[in-house]
Amino acid sequence: MNAPSPLLKPIIEIKDLRKSYGDNHVLNGFNMVLYEGENLVIMGKSGCGKTVMIKCLVGLDESDSGTIQVMGKDIGKLDQTTLDELRTEIGFLFQGSALYDSMSVRENLEFPLRRHIKKFGYIEDTTQLVMEALENVGLAHAVNLMPSELSGGMKRRIALARTLILQPKIILYDEPTTGLDPITSKEIIVLMMSIQKKYNTSAIIITHDVDCARVISNRMILMVDGINYAEGTFEELSKNKDPKVQAFFK
Amino acid sequence: MNSYFKIKESIQLFLIEIGELSYFCGRFFKEVFKRPMEFKEFIRQCYNMGNRSLLLVAVTGFIIGLVFTLQSRPTLQQFGAVSWIPAMVSVSIIREIGPIITALICAGRIGSGIGAELGSMRVTEQIDAMEVSGTNPFKYLVVTRILATTFMLPVLVMFGDAIAIYGSYLVENVKGNVSLLLYFNQVFNHLEFFDIVPSTIKTFFFGFAIGLVGCFKGYYCTKGTAGVGLAANSAVVNTSMLLFIIDFIAVFVANIFYDN
Repeated sequence: MNAPSPLLKPIIEIKDLRKSYGDNHVLNGFNMVLYEGENLVIMGKSGCGKTVMIKCLVGLDESDSGTIQVMGKDIGKLDQTTLDELRTEIGFLFQGSALYDSMSVRENLEFPLRRHIKKFGYIEDTTQLVMEALENVGLAHAVNLMPSELSGGMKRRIALARTLILQPKIILYDEPTTGLDPITSKEIIVLMMSIQKKYNTSAIIITHDVDCARVISNRMILMVDGINYAEGTFEELSKNKDPKVQAFFK
Repeated sequence: MNSYFKIKESIQLFLIEIGELSYFCGRFFKEVFKRPMEFKEFIRQCYNMGNRSLLLVAVTGFIIGLVFTLQSRPTLQQFGAVSWIPAMVSVSIIREIGPIITALICAGRIGSGIGAELGSMRVTEQIDAMEVSGTNPFKYLVVTRILATTFMLPVLVMFGDAIAIYGSYLVENVKGNVSLLLYFNQVFNHLEFFDIVPSTIKTFFFGFAIGLVGCFKGYYCTKGTAGVGLAANSAVVNTSMLLFIIDFIAVFVANIFYDN
C-alpha cells in the first residue's frame, strides 16, 4: 500500500507522550500522527510500550505527560461523557478478543449498541444491524453461539464485528494476528483491508507479523524503548541499514 | 528493624486499601442513580444470587434449627424449661444466628463468585473492552451486583430463619409431641419488634458489604489468573471480617435505641 498524501487531515496526533510505572519508563517521548484513511503499523519488541501507548490513546491508561489529540479533542482534558462519546468513534480490537463470555454473540454486539442512544437513537430491533455486522466478518451463522463455542479466529472476527457495529472512524488493532495459524491470520488481514475499503476507516495496527505489516501498512513506525525509532513505508524501512531496524525484518 | 518496616508497610497497605474501598463505595453512590439503570441485569443478578443460594441457605438453616434445639433441650429439661425452647430458638435465630450464618454462607458463595467473575473479566480485558466502547462497566457490573446482594440477602435471611425455626419445630414435635400451631404460637408470642426490625435492617448492610467487597476485589484484580484466585479468596476473608464488625456496630446501635 502507498503512503498517504500529505494533504490528508490528521485524525490522531500524539506529542511527546511519556509514561512510567515506578522506575520502569515505558514511553519516553513518543510522537505519532495518523491521517484520515491511513493504515499505520507500529512494530516493536515486547515491552517497548506499544500497548501502553494504545491504551493511553483511548483513555484506558493515563499518561504522565504529553498530549493526545483524537479528532481535534485532547483526550486528557475530556470529561467522562465526552470521552465516552468520542470512544464510539474509536474501535479497539483486543489481542485476546475480549468477548463478554457470559453473553451470546448477539448480546455481545447489542451491548454497546443499546447503550449509545445519543448516537444511534433507541433501536427496538437490533437484528438487522447485528446481522449486517456479522455478515461483514462472514459469521452470520454464529449469532446465537456463546464465545466458548468459537475458535480463536472466529472470536477475533466477532470482536471485529462488535467494533464495527458502532461505526467507528478509527480502529485500533492490538496484535490482530497473534496466536492464529497462518491461514486464519491471512483471512483476518484480508478482512481488515476489506473493512478499511468499505468504511474508509483509519487504523493503527500493532503487530509483530511482518507479512501483516507488508500487506496492510501505508506507513510504519518502529518503536524502541518507548520512542519512535524509525518511520517510513514498509519498503523504506526494509531497506534501512540500521541494525535495530533490520532486526525487525529478518 | 526489618520487622518494624514490614509492620509499617503492612499498616500502610491496609490503610491504602481502606481508602480505595471507601472511594469505590463513594463511586457506587455516585453511579447508582445515573442512567441507564441496567434494570434487566439487576434482575438477572438477583435471580443468580437469590435463587441459586436458596438450597444452600435452606439446608444450613434447617440443620442449625435441628442441632440448636437438640443441643439445648437436655439442659433446659433439667430446669423444667422445655416450654421456653420455641422462644429461645426463635429469638436467637432471628436476632443473631440466622443473619450472621446466612451472611457468612453468602460471603463464601456469592462474594467469592463475584470476585472471581469480575477478576476474570478484568484479566481477559472484558472490562477494558466495555470501557473503550464508551459504555459504563462500573454501572453494569458493579452497581447491579451490589444492589442485588443488598436486596437479596434480607430475603435469604428471612427464608433461612423460617427454615431453621421449622427444623427446631420438627425436633420438638418428635421429642415433645408439640403441634405446629402450638409451636409457632409460642414463637410469635415471644417475638417483638426489637427482635425483628434491627436484625432485618442489618442484613441490608451485610448484603451491601458482600457485594461491595466482592466487586472491589474483582474489579481491581491484577496479576493474571493467579490474581483471580486471590481476588475470590480475599473477597471471602475480608467480607467475613467486615460482617462481624458490622454485626457488632449494628448490635451496639440497636441497643442504644431499644435498650430497656
